[in-house]
Amino acid sequence: MTVWLPILLPTLIAIVTFVLGEARSHARNAVNLIGAAVSATIVVWLAYGAYGGDVVASTIPLLSGIDFGVHADLTGMLFSTVASVLWFVTLIYAIGYMDHARDRARFFGFFALCIAAANGVALASDPISLFLFYEILTLTTYPLVVHSGTAEARAAGRKYLIYALTGGTALLIGVAWLTVLAGQTPFTPGGALAGVTGQTTALRAIFALMVAGFGVKAALMPLHGWLPGAMVAPAPVSSLLHAVAVVKAGVFGIIRLVNELYGPEFATSLGAAQVLSALAAISIIVASVIALRQDDLKKRLAYSTIAQLSYITLGVALCSPLAAAGALAHLAHHAFMKITMFFTAGSLAETVHVKKLSQMGGVARRMPITMTSFAVAAFALAGIPPLAGFASKWMLGAGAVESGSTWALIVYVAAGALAMGYMVPILFASLRKGDLDATGGLESDPRMLWPIVFVAVVSIVMGLAAGVPGSPAHWAMSAVLPSFGGVMP
Amino acid sequence: MTLVDHLPALLIIAPLAGAAITFVTERSVDRIVAVLTSIIITLFSGMLLYRVASGGAFRYEIGGWGAPIGIDLVADGPAALFLLLTAVVGTAVTIYATAYFPKDCGTSYGHGLFWTLWLFMWTSLNALFLTGDVFNVYVCLELIGISAVALVTLKGDADALRAGARYLFASMLAAMTYLLGVALLYSSTGQLDMEMLRATLTPDSGAATGLALMVAALVLKTALVPAHFWLPTAHASAPTPVSAALSALVVKASYFAILRLMLSVMPPGFIPGAGTLLGILGSMAIIWGSLQAMRQTRIKQWVAYSTVAQIGYLFIVFPLADSGADVLAAALGGVLLHALSHGLAKTALFLGAGSLMDRFGHNEIARMTGAARTLPVLTATVALAGVTMMGLPPSGGFGSKWQLVSASIGAGQWWWALVLGLGGLLAAAYMFRVLAVLLSDTPTEVRPTHAPVRLEWLPLALAVAALFFVFAAPFVDSLAGISTIMLHAGVTP
Repeated sequence: MTVWLPILLPTLIAIVTFVLGEARSHARNAVNLIGAAVSATIVVWLAYGAYGGDVVASTIPLLSGIDFGVHADLTGMLFSTVASVLWFVTLIYAIGYMDHARDRARFFGFFALCIAAANGVALASDPISLFLFYEILTLTTYPLVVHSGTAEARAAGRKYLIYALTGGTALLIGVAWLTVLAGQTPFTPGGALAGVTGQTTALRAIFALMVAGFGVKAALMPLHGWLPGAMVAPAPVSSLLHAVAVVKAGVFGIIRLVNELYGPEFATSLGAAQVLSALAAISIIVASVIALRQDDLKKRLAYSTIAQLSYITLGVALCSPLAAAGALAHLAHHAFMKITMFFTAGSLAETVHVKKLSQMGGVARRMPITMTSFAVAAFALAGIPPLAGFASKWMLGAGAVESGSTWALIVYVAAGALAMGYMVPILFASLRKGDLDATGGLESDPRMLWPIVFVAVVSIVMGLAAGVPGSPAHWAMSAVLPSFGGVMP
Repeated sequence: MTLVDHLPALLIIAPLAGAAITFVTERSVDRIVAVLTSIIITLFSGMLLYRVASGGAFRYEIGGWGAPIGIDLVADGPAALFLLLTAVVGTAVTIYATAYFPKDCGTSYGHGLFWTLWLFMWTSLNALFLTGDVFNVYVCLELIGISAVALVTLKGDADALRAGARYLFASMLAAMTYLLGVALLYSSTGQLDMEMLRATLTPDSGAATGLALMVAALVLKTALVPAHFWLPTAHASAPTPVSAALSALVVKASYFAILRLMLSVMPPGFIPGAGTLLGILGSMAIIWGSLQAMRQTRIKQWVAYSTVAQIGYLFIVFPLADSGADVLAAALGGVLLHALSHGLAKTALFLGAGSLMDRFGHNEIARMTGAARTLPVLTATVALAGVTMMGLPPSGGFGSKWQLVSASIGAGQWWWALVLGLGGLLAAAYMFRVLAVLLSDTPTEVRPTHAPVRLEWLPLALAVAALFFVFAAPFVDSLAGISTIMLHAGVTP
């Protein structure tokens, strides 16, 4: 029963938030913050259990012969922990950011529902249950994308739905086909389909359908078109959903698909992993190059996200233990680094009304702590040691060598250089002279400032502590090794 | 014999008694009688469902005569499910109507006849779900048709009369065709009881023609594309509670008769190609209805075209019926789940749309901007009901889509899976076109209202029920198996 709580509790919070309505903002904030703290604690507790080898699972009957199942394994709990901890942090930020906004009940309610769905994606123990939460995530995100209700927001929401629902339909057909072929197949480290013989073509087609489904949220090119437009959403949404919960649900699906449904070995023997790695490599390079040319800060960050998500996809598709661990670690690392940047972008837009690089002059002087945090995250993302991004990229690169794909190492190195290329200009732009008025005091609302500092500090700590049990890198290693027939030494 | 054994008869007598009482009582008493009647029917329907689920299907011989001399009622799994759906939707419609029709409506509008006509229609719906006799189906169809047409024209304005005339025409045409079919069938088999027909039916051109005519007539009553011409106007111009009942229940009644004829009475392949043809028409309905829904500018027309599209899904079971027991079981469970969840969600959508019209004072979708802020409960109703229309989890619509897609792939007829997938996307297109308007940032003024809160909360409750209906799927599946329909695939119920 406990294992359902990370899904049920945020749902309950959402319902309470809706019922409380627009006016009672103190009660709403209290319910959300306390609820999120409790939820994160439960998730961490489940994760601790999973670390000790105690994987809780639960199923209820859903359709004829099909169960609805969740389990708290290490892989899922890493994603769930990241989402739940960052939910709490983002709530503090969002309460500051949305202080004078309208429709806050709707905003916080759907925010909690998105977390419930993301936790569901993390916990789902088979493709059918995963699909269920994946589609719920699509639906619950839509009201947040169109939150402002402007024509631009509605157009972005429309585009998002076209991509996400089409992908979801591909996923549905893929999962249904798989179920007809092999029955309900729970995720199993190392894969569950190698025993299905004589269906090579069908299994390849199912793999393609499922990648098409997960690829939309993972913003795998050419399925990425919705993400830059969705940046029209309020900053907390861009930060938590479009850098963590929603997009990571896509790459998480790919991780489950390769490591625990097909299995790395079987996916390679089908040739599916190779095609996926090629797509991911193209995505990394193309998105990084596009990011170089963006003047709009959030758009630049969005293209960076597309590139970084494909880092993860490529790592999984390489099918080597080290690359797969690096991929999962990068899922967590990138979350903290990128949320720092999106928080910053939101603070700039809200406090000094700066949205473009060309307007950023004087920002570093006006908001020194914020921009220092941003710089930490930017260097971490570019892979400067000993920050978080370095640790995961090192694992990814070493994994590329381990799998004998030197070309992938070249892609990672080139992308690292490109990341420097699109991050450093932001820092330079903020250091330029500008005429920002500081009479109203430095920095932004403390509720927005301290979350930024916190996530930036975590980006440092995660890199320094990469070898310590419980850190994302170590955790990822323990989580993926069973898929390759090994256990953590 | 205890009360439980008489439930099939009681389910027909109760609404009939209610109709008779409301015909003579004062208008202010009518509504109380109607609500009490609907509660009693719901209780009876629940008991019948329990009886069938625990004790299996049974026949009830009216007056103890027994077929072929008397008329038999059949209470099996699908019938019990449809009866309970009718009871739940019917109760909701009744309660909504108590707020919708003013207490002192005078002679100008609504005419106190609403309650009588509505309960009479309910009687004929229940009778149709229970009947085990093809001639009785004709009688029930006529009674449903007449009361439904009368209900559509209650408002008495030009629009309503035109829609009613069209509806009446379709209804009469269908009834005549059906009767002709029954005559042909009877002349070549000498049987009217469904079970006896199944036992004695042999390949014979007279019987095949008769059954084909009967199915064609029912298709017209179900408004399957291209026979849907009468539905959008009739469902859109009726008073809101009537629209809901028509879309959620009345089209399902004739569909239920098709299910019985195609899968219970006829052996596999009795009319060559009929299953495939119905599947193709169903696919056309899904696509055409959705495309039309996208183009509607008035909210009730929009909901009505959504019904045209959703009816299509129900017909995907027929081309899959001859591909083995597993496929048929999945497909049958799927369409039943669809009928039930669509019934709940469509009632929510129609009642919600009616309340939106009432609050905005007009029916144009484009001028309903900003309702998410001003009318959050009604907006939530439309959104949640929409999840079922799109067939997304965790709604019952998802469950049915999943089962039909699995059945299609399992039968090797993957093209239906593509149609189902496309249908979901088109449904999303027409749903979100309206939701985007409701969520937009320039609120239109809404009228203050003294309407009771049940006009808002009742539809929401139904939409929430539909939203989680997938969890009822195992139960629906098991009841689907308690039916002679499964004989089609060689399975003894």
